[in-house]
Amino acid sequence: MLEVAALECARQRRTLFAGLSFSLGAGELLRVAGANGSGKTTLLKILCGLLEPDAGEVRWQGTPIRQLREDYTRHLVYLGHAPAVKDDLSAAENLTIACTLAGRPASPQQAQKALESYGLPATGVPIRRLSQGQRRRAALARLLLSAHAPLWLLDEPFAALDATAARFTQELIARHVAQGGAAIYTTHQEADIGAAVLRVIELG
Amino acid sequence: MIEAARCIVRRDLLLALRRPSDVGTALLFFVIVASLFPLGIGAEPNLLRAVAPGVIWVAALLSSMLSLSRLFAADHADGTLEQILLAASPLGVIVAAKVLAHWLISGLPLVAIAPLIALQYDLPAALYGTLALSLLLGTPVLSLIGAIGAALTLGLRGGGVLLALLVLPLYVPVLIMGAGSVDMAAAGLSPQGQLQLLAALLVVAAAFAPWAIAAALRISTE
Repeated sequence: MLEVAALECARQRRTLFAGLSFSLGAGELLRVAGANGSGKTTLLKILCGLLEPDAGEVRWQGTPIRQLREDYTRHLVYLGHAPAVKDDLSAAENLTIACTLAGRPASPQQAQKALESYGLPATGVPIRRLSQGQRRRAALARLLLSAHAPLWLLDEPFAALDATAARFTQELIARHVAQGGAAIYTTHQEADIGAAVLRVIELG
Repeated sequence: MIEAARCIVRRDLLLALRRPSDVGTALLFFVIVASLFPLGIGAEPNLLRAVAPGVIWVAALLSSMLSLSRLFAADHADGTLEQILLAASPLGVIVAAKVLAHWLISGLPLVAIAPLIALQYDLPAALYGTLALSLLLGTPVLSLIGAIGAALTLGLRGGGVLLALLVLPLYVPVLIMGAGSVDMAAAGLSPQGQLQLLAALLVVAAAFAPWAIAAALRISTE
């Protein structure tokens, strides 16, 4: 599905990675490991098209992603470093907006159910009043409504989560991969996802 | 696509509703700036009547610029801008929706309150219609042009001042047509020419600005 050819990226005159090539097929899981500042987030942003690499190319089903634009982003879910939720809106409002923007509107009932399975209270409290971990859960709840998107790009999905929520997220990723999706996630801690094909790229 | 645009408009209006102080400050700024002039230049009615269109338009320009820096900065800070860039709809459509929401929040209230300011300047009631119409046609152009500047200065230090330097010169044609149309009407001539030029500006800006904003956003988020 996703092919990466001779990718190179430098930040502040320091080469983060060069000559990075890999491909990711259906049912495959890729973990990007590395120390802080080794370029994990940068790599993920390049893969989803938010950043341009200094050299090399990312291709989705054979076509460079810069030509595809929305035809590529429609197929992916990217959850970045920041939870990407609006402080003044409730978790359910945030979730339905995110789903609509992704081209797959979710009904309020679906959103409510997704939030409940992530252990978030079914009230209209604004995100501002929630803890860091709860914000993260509110953002991750989108994964429950994103089975249609074949490619998941997750930046530190387990950060700020407690053990239960982290395990639940791991199960979600494992299920997605088992059903023929593909996922790339970054983490600096070992996380055990019981998936059939797990590969690791170590940056830095 | 339409659904995503409607969702963004609703989201931005909802956010403004949850934080009414943001809308209030821009509107209050407009009222205060427009009220300072009579205090500064004295209460000579003929003078006030003569400067009213220009003063009201300049105040509208400044007030619309005041809320521009927040247009993309808030979304940039909490990461929702990344999700907008990765949305399933063309970015131009989504930013057009954002600009529409910005105009509904910051431009439309000015149109509504302008006659009240005009009262302060003893502007003849016959001119209220022209004034409101010129603002109705002009303020969306201000939002559209301003959003290009807001997108270009996103994430820069001191972006607010730079934004003003970048955007204010581009506002000049709108200011000339807008204030000019009211002046024409005050002189007993038909303001139609100026208003039609304003409408033409609006059509051109609405057609091209969203794509310029989208390109600028992609550049400044790199």
